[in-house]
Amino acid sequence: MSTLATLDASRLAMHRKRKRVNGVALALALAAMAFGVFWLIWILIETVRLGIGGMVLATFTEMTPPPQAETGGLANAIFGSALMVGLATAIGTPIGILAGIYLAEYGQKTWLGATTRFINDILLSAPSIVVGLFIYAAVVARFKSFSGWAGVLALALIVIPVVIRTTENMLSLIPHALREAAYALGTPKWKVIVMITLKAARAGVVTGVLLALARIAGETAPLLFTALSNQFWTSNLSEPMASLPVTIFKFAMSPYENWQKLAWAGVFLITLGVLALNILARVLFRNRQ
Amino acid sequence: MTATLPATPTLHDAQMDRTDPAGAPPPARRASPWADRLFSLLAHAAAWLTLALLAGIIVSLVIGAGPAIREYGLSFLWRTEWDPVQNQYGGLVMIYGTLMTSFIALLIAVPVSFGIALFLTELSPSWLKRPLGTAIELLAAVPSIVYGMWGLLVFGPILATYVQQPLQAAFSGVPFLGALVSGPPVGIGILSAGIILAIMVIPFIASVMRDVFEVTPALLKESAYGLGSTTWEVVYRVVLPYTKTGVIGGIMLGLGRALGETMAVTFVIGNMNQLDSLSLFEAANSITSALANEFAEAGEGLHQASLIYLGLVLFFITFVVLTLSKVLLARLKKNEGSRS
Repeated sequence: MSTLATLDASRLAMHRKRKRVNGVALALALAAMAFGVFWLIWILIETVRLGIGGMVLATFTEMTPPPQAETGGLANAIFGSALMVGLATAIGTPIGILAGIYLAEYGQKTWLGATTRFINDILLSAPSIVVGLFIYAAVVARFKSFSGWAGVLALALIVIPVVIRTTENMLSLIPHALREAAYALGTPKWKVIVMITLKAARAGVVTGVLLALARIAGETAPLLFTALSNQFWTSNLSEPMASLPVTIFKFAMSPYENWQKLAWAGVFLITLGVLALNILARVLFRNRQ
Repeated sequence: MTATLPATPTLHDAQMDRTDPAGAPPPARRASPWADRLFSLLAHAAAWLTLALLAGIIVSLVIGAGPAIREYGLSFLWRTEWDPVQNQYGGLVMIYGTLMTSFIALLIAVPVSFGIALFLTELSPSWLKRPLGTAIELLAAVPSIVYGMWGLLVFGPILATYVQQPLQAAFSGVPFLGALVSGPPVGIGILSAGIILAIMVIPFIASVMRDVFEVTPALLKESAYGLGSTTWEVVYRVVLPYTKTGVIGGIMLGLGRALGETMAVTFVIGNMNQLDSLSLFEAANSITSALANEFAEAGEGLHQASLIYLGLVLFFITFVVLTLSKVLLARLKKNEGSRS
């Protein structure tokens, strides 16, 4: 009798212990989730709180000021960023899409395909500052001058892997029946790809381009020693060119109050823009799915 | 369907009649081979370009680092002095900073990411899954310069007041821990850099973990639940062993990101070339922040070559880590195929 009772008791204790461990683990998981979301909310709140004051017209119309000036804005930096990001996307996207097409439509089983896929995944996560070093050595050192073009190329090199990855993934989601149906009608391969599979995967590919855009809009490291910075307005890509992230870097590390204020305004603009692009990409992709 | 049926054979016949006598496809198709070949050529060229990029990066780094490699060889890796005035360079301080901050980042990020993945796959009500998953992924989208500025001006001071000072008060005099927390508690240094890196890599690790947890066959999980396992036991004893390689792959991916992160670290690490104390509160330097701060001003010659050498070391480390990550994740995928 008594042994049975103790057995029961020990079972109950065991059960309770397992319950307790489970409870603790799940509570910790909940805490981890809260921890993750907490940082996002905190960063967003601080960015808005400190950056919203800079959302005045002067920020968008005036040039970057010298330290301790009364007025000044970020106009040249915003323009430089927009120009370089736009050109980099324009250069990187077609290359990325073509290589993605190669991976999904031509090279699924070839060694070139396997190697390219592997290398591309490495490039996707490679430190962006190394890309800056590469462009410095290949372009800046050769032409003996920092230039907007070097910045454009560095950013384009970051766009390419992102676009390759999404293009390949999206193309390989397209059912084979669609391709076969087109081939059966006698369509040549390039037309099948351009007019059938790429068209069917359009939303996904656009998503990839938007994500790449969001990624390079905030990239600083590859611009530091390619485009450098410029205190003045320039649309000449063979001169050093200001960009929003590099300007933020310079201004935020300075002790001057007016610079720091502008840096927060820039951070606000970049964060808002990048998050908006990300959300847009997600919404677009979900609607088409 | 039935209405069109009679029409089809006639159309077909007409086509057959048109093409058969010649024994060749209609002339319109002749134009396509060169277009086809051109397109295929372009696609191939783009793939080759990607390979060439990697090769170009490696070659240009090796050439750029040449003078420093010839001067120091591998001893660069454990030389500690970094003195542009005396023209003496060694990479140990930066390499230590990079490895240490990444280590701290993983120490924090791995358990948290595991918790997040557990929550998203097993606990969360399904209507919350998507918004919470998106929120975590947006954390990865925030540009690193934003983390840097926030870390320097908002987070650093708070860390100094509420974490570093109490820790110093508690541990001063304790042999090993006391050394770890010595130094000025100003919110700048290895610890702050590590924490901010942790926040930045959590989304990468968490989303890989979530994805691999989701490939665990429902059958396995349900069997365990059916035997009376608790949620924790299912995750820890069934899901985790099943997805082990994938989880490690995800951690490696996070590590690769942490090693190469530039701006956030540059803001908060303090940029001081010293290795005198073990302290986590002391300002230090990392490979990426040394590059970001010094490269544009470095004169050509040994200084620049040494910086490029550092970049080469960084690229090599991340290359190894990312390759490992790829291989492990691929192995999980292969297992999955053989078991289903």
